Amino acid sequence: MLKTFKIGGVHPPENKLSAGKKIEILPIPKTVFIPVAQHIGSPSTAVVNKGDVVKTGQIIAKSSGFVSTNIHSSVSGKVKKIDLSPDSSGYPKQGIFIDVEGDEWMEEINRSSDLVKEFNLDGPQIVQKIQEAGIVGMGGATFPTHVKLVPPKGMKAEILLINGVECEPYLTSDHQLMLEKADEILVGTQLLMKAMNVEKAAIGIENNKTNAIQLLTDKAKSYKGISVVPLKVKYPQGGEKQLIKAVTGREVPSGGLPIAVGAVVDNVGTAFAVYEAIQKNKPLFERVVTVTGKEVKNPSNYKVRIGTATSELIEAVGGLPENTGKIISGGPMMGRAITSPDIPVTKGTSGILIMPETEAKRKTYMECIRCSRCVSVCPMGLEPFLLMTLGQKQIFDRAENEKVMDCIECGSCSYTCPSNRPLLDYIRFGKAKVGAIIRTRKK
Amino acid sequence: MSITVIYTIATLSVIGTSAAVILYFVAQKFKVYEDPRIDDTEKALPGANCGGCGFAGCRAFAEACVKADNLSELNCPVGGNETMSSVATILGLEAVKKEPRVAYIRCNGICDHRPKTSNFDGATTCAIAASVYSGETDCQWGCVSYGDCYYSCEFDAIDLRAGLGVPLILDDKCVACGACVEACPKDLIELRKQFPKNRKVVVACRNQDKGGVARKACNVACIGCGKCEKECKFDAIVITNNLAFIDSDKCKLCRKCVPVCPTNAIIEEGFPPRKIVTEEKEECSTTK
Repeated sequence: MLKTFKIGGVHPPENKLSAGKKIEILPIPKTVFIPVAQHIGSPSTAVVNKGDVVKTGQIIAKSSGFVSTNIHSSVSGKVKKIDLSPDSSGYPKQGIFIDVEGDEWMEEINRSSDLVKEFNLDGPQIVQKIQEAGIVGMGGATFPTHVKLVPPKGMKAEILLINGVECEPYLTSDHQLMLEKADEILVGTQLLMKAMNVEKAAIGIENNKTNAIQLLTDKAKSYKGISVVPLKVKYPQGGEKQLIKAVTGREVPSGGLPIAVGAVVDNVGTAFAVYEAIQKNKPLFERVVTVTGKEVKNPSNYKVRIGTATSELIEAVGGLPENTGKIISGGPMMGRAITSPDIPVTKGTSGILIMPETEAKRKTYMECIRCSRCVSVCPMGLEPFLLMTLGQKQIFDRAENEKVMDCIECGSCSYTCPSNRPLLDYIRFGKAKVGAIIRTRKK
Repeated sequence: MSITVIYTIATLSVIGTSAAVILYFVAQKFKVYEDPRIDDTEKALPGANCGGCGFAGCRAFAEACVKADNLSELNCPVGGNETMSSVATILGLEAVKKEPRVAYIRCNGICDHRPKTSNFDGATTCAIAASVYSGETDCQWGCVSYGDCYYSCEFDAIDLRAGLGVPLILDDKCVACGACVEACPKDLIELRKQFPKNRKVVVACRNQDKGGVARKACNVACIGCGKCEKECKFDAIVITNNLAFIDSDKCKLCRKCVPVCPTNAIIEEGFPPRKIVTEEKEECSTTK
């Protein structure tokens, strides 16, 4: 019996169209737009000015606090301007436009692809290097990694979980990364273990990626303390709390952090970025992005420089299909539809999904028929139908009592609702309002 | 008459009398004094319970009026000066005259002026649409037109004008309770001084982007050029963050700022000769 989390969960059609496609390197675009807020936390402060010449890997925005990161130039060239432009949040955000000239990297970056296994840094040094390299959670949440690695006082991590679940339909970037960079990910895992001073690490992979499970299990034998855990295919297993439950059987208490049960979760992409940052001195300025869709000519995985416009990626897979209804940054369950193809790839963009018009539109919603399907699929054990009503009627104190803040916004409820009700929309709204109320109360 | 009936009547009378005596003394003991003026004041109020005064309904407002030493801080926007003067007579205080106010939606981005660049497909409330992204047009400041203000209005004073892009406030029905001001997630609605014949001169825009960006998104956006500010003799216009704002308390309705505006962002309403009417238009079409 394969492990999985206990309550809730759905299994949408996987549609992993780009599975098995080698990671190609996308040609460097002519200009890039690098937003200064690509992570959860305070936006970074730009440290370059208009007209400055930058090299690939040079810091262009410095972290502005503990929960913030550095941002590095993904190309070499001249800073065109620092201006507002829409990013995937749908609102114009500040960012740095760079006109590309050649591709000159910083001297200290090791560009060879040889595997470097040995390292002799101690924990705090690793954390510092991760912070300098601007590494954030690559699964999509973009929480600065160095913050996770320093547990709050009185808490100690016991196990590191590496998230190779990739439970979102369509996306294959993590899968392909595991196949091509298995050793690098394992070294990255060891670095993270050292940084947190833990002895054990487990890589959770869903059972629809048997080749990755096989490969990593074989390779993990030569790395101390790392094991691979095959998991049953179920969405949202890639959620932090679900993965902890599935692998360790521990349940993160309501409102608590994973560290409360001694676990820290990092994505395989993050582990790979950590490897590159420490063993190759390469800061985070490119990532693997899946570009896919049912009507797309050639769905594939690309290594993309941060700041590349979405339109470049669409061009690479053979152009925008005629009947496109929606372009989504991320997966179909948790991704966001983007408003313009100029929106750039950021550190958290795991995929670009192009949906045909027939699938993109929401169906008209009807009354709740009290079938309680949303309750049975909620992985957090909440009552989505109730939370939606409370959000609609703006009864926020009760929504708080009903633990609206525990919602992980996985969208299983909206996916499963036979009346097509926009459950998550209202829950997210309620969550935002309750969050604001809690913040003012703390002040 | 049967003896049973007599017994019954006698027993019940004894119980009734003793209960009445007990109740009388208990009522005396636990008596709560309530100012009779509260009831009188409440009767004088419109009874809309809209919360426009800032209190939880008319009763709470009446209590606050009775407690207050003067009425300068208290105002019932629904009843206006008339109600407040009758409240003042009841309480023996002096009524403070307040200028009537009226709500105005500071956006003129109807579909002719502001082309759609995307389609929103989520739950149709302004609050959610605004939290998800900047809106169906390129203007991130303007009306998202799902009518949260319309649903918040208890007085039928808002015409949704579905499909046109921006609702319209009917000045004659508006009581300036401020419910729509709270409801608008884009902070578009302002309570302005009400002039006779519903005349108004107002910057119908909240776009704080730079001029070029604003103009690209909407034909009638304020670009913050400052011409109106220079033209105004009464210091009623200030420009902050690329956006002009006409202070209705200082405005004298001279209308000199209207023709100088290069984008027609300043709107005059209620004047006979140069009246601008926005007629019902067909539903917006999306351009990709």
